[in-house]
Amino acid sequence: MSDKLVQVDHLFQYFPAGGFGKNKKYIQAVDDVSFFIDKGETFGLVGESGCGKTTTGRTLLRLYEPTKGRITYNDKVLFDSGDVPYNNEDGSIKTGDDGKPVYGKKTAVDMLPYRRKMQIVFQDPYASLDPRMTVGDIVGEAIDIHHLAKNPKERYDRIIEMLERVGLNSEHANRYPHEFSGGQRQRVGIARALAVDPEFIVCDEPISALDVSIQAQIVNMFEDLQKEMGLTYLFIAHDLSVVKHISNRIGVMYLGKLIELADSYELTFHCAHPYTKSLISAIPVADPKTARNSKRIVLQGDVPSSLNPPSGCRFRTRCPYADEQCAAEAPEWREISKGHYAACHHLDRVN
Amino acid sequence: MSDYLVKIEHERLSFFTPVGEVKALNDVSLHVSAGEVLGIVGESGSGKSVTSYSLMGLTAYPGRIVGGDLWFNEHHINAMTEKQMQKMRGNEVAIIFQDPMTSLNPVYTVGNQIREVILLHTNKTKEEADARAEELLKLVGINEPKKRLKQYPHELSGGMRQRVMIAIALACEPKLLIADEPTTALDVTIQAQIIELMIDLKNKLGMAIIMITHDLGVVAGMCDRIAVMYAGKIVETGTTDEIFYSPKHEYTKGLLKSIPRLTDKGHERLVPIEGTPVDLLNPPAGCPFASRCDNCMKICLREMPPAVEFSETHAAQCWLNQKEQMEGENA
Repeated sequence: MSDKLVQVDHLFQYFPAGGFGKNKKYIQAVDDVSFFIDKGETFGLVGESGCGKTTTGRTLLRLYEPTKGRITYNDKVLFDSGDVPYNNEDGSIKTGDDGKPVYGKKTAVDMLPYRRKMQIVFQDPYASLDPRMTVGDIVGEAIDIHHLAKNPKERYDRIIEMLERVGLNSEHANRYPHEFSGGQRQRVGIARALAVDPEFIVCDEPISALDVSIQAQIVNMFEDLQKEMGLTYLFIAHDLSVVKHISNRIGVMYLGKLIELADSYELTFHCAHPYTKSLISAIPVADPKTARNSKRIVLQGDVPSSLNPPSGCRFRTRCPYADEQCAAEAPEWREISKGHYAACHHLDRVN
Repeated sequence: MSDYLVKIEHERLSFFTPVGEVKALNDVSLHVSAGEVLGIVGESGSGKSVTSYSLMGLTAYPGRIVGGDLWFNEHHINAMTEKQMQKMRGNEVAIIFQDPMTSLNPVYTVGNQIREVILLHTNKTKEEADARAEELLKLVGINEPKKRLKQYPHELSGGMRQRVMIAIALACEPKLLIADEPTTALDVTIQAQIIELMIDLKNKLGMAIIMITHDLGVVAGMCDRIAVMYAGKIVETGTTDEIFYSPKHEYTKGLLKSIPRLTDKGHERLVPIEGTPVDLLNPPAGCPFASRCDNCMKICLREMPPAVEFSETHAAQCWLNQKEQMEGENA
């Protein structure tokens, strides 16, 4: 029995984007992403807009049906496209007696029972709450779907309990979303996710739309709830300082690929990949003296389109270390120290 | 007159909405010298954009300046006609908006939009204006400027569009550039590019910049002085170092404590500012921050604190400072 709660193997998510037959084009939103999340841990995903972090989170919950890959939750396979080989403990491909790789059985389970355990908090608290439902009904909807309350009284009590848990009170239950501020709405969104007693929550940029002074309130609340209810989070954000604050481990994505994964301390202070390095140096430091003295690595150019990503390493068009090898072949995903993975041809040269 | 480029004295501005008067600005005074970078920090609705828009005469209906004086480069803004205003706008003072996606006109080419400003404010011919537009694109670091001039905004990325916005703003070499959250809609790596560009251009052209943002990290790196706004008031102003290393207002202190820092080695809990921002429709009688302040006293709820000066550049409006000062004198 492993203590891994969620495991993702070779996840692909391609969206069709016009064209017919041979010319059919795809947006390669998520491209061969593998990671796992332990029970009770917070796993952070960072990257620029369009790098596929939100898509990864949603595909993980099967809000989008994956193009390819395997998703395992609590040792149960939720989805398997049937063409993804199993890996051994050391990361090599597991082979059967005949020497051929072992594939999983093609599976796609009914998600309803799992929706109770896996929930999501969306980015925009203005768009993710139905304006015509009261807050009580928004939180109560999930309770109804999963038949968690035997009678109206129990349902009401549960709604109030959830609202109180996120710092709202019973009086708020009869109000509509437009009567709330951004921070309060995000609390409603969190209460809705908590209403079914989940084990795992995908937090999709839950604080990006909020003011600085409110962000800290919500971040602290996530931490408190995790302690009280033993939750596991996948925390998606583009702000590395927030992700570093809340996460145990962090994965960095660039153009659909996971390019580095490490313990959050290790990642911030000993990152290996050139993209992570520039990302960290680009974050404005709220300290005038350090800001004046630090040398920024300013990347040239823009992120290429995921419709037609560069060959080989996807970062090579902006990478100061790029050469022919980077254009020719995609770098391998390898472990550079315990639990610290990166995908780059020139790790020796970069560091 | 003083030697300040911008001088705002006791400005009060209200929006007369159907539900009542929203006092967006309440006694705001600030100044900017030539070539200086002033950062205005505050949360949404604190009045930072409204302040700078009113300086350009861009207050949207139903808003109106109800008191105070605004001076820009010897112009008395309150007394200017729309015609005089048009001459000044884009010429002596220019603005970059937050969202480069919506602030460029989608049906005109980039070149057309840059040329428009040049033709409006100078006597240049079309050909000369085109040459100048090309020069400007080169200045803001856009490759192949000739090709870009013929492109439409949707063909450019977010960072490029913001560069085009900056090119338009700089077309007439303004004395003051107002940057209203110029990097909020951009990714971190692109944000770093734009900030670098702005500092570079400021050094080259010697203009003053008013940088409006809610990101303390952005102001720390590029501003000379900072004004912290809360609920339509400037609660604290000072040099960047004074604000970051010896903040005097409780709101500034709270703001600095509430942001996670990448350089923290351990895991310290964030200290949030509890509560929510005030409703400007019915502002409280005393200090607007009183309801969220940990050290709130009785007087805070009754009366607005006066500004206390700590140095020539540093001032804050908080009763706690008054109290400390009095205790200091008595001791």
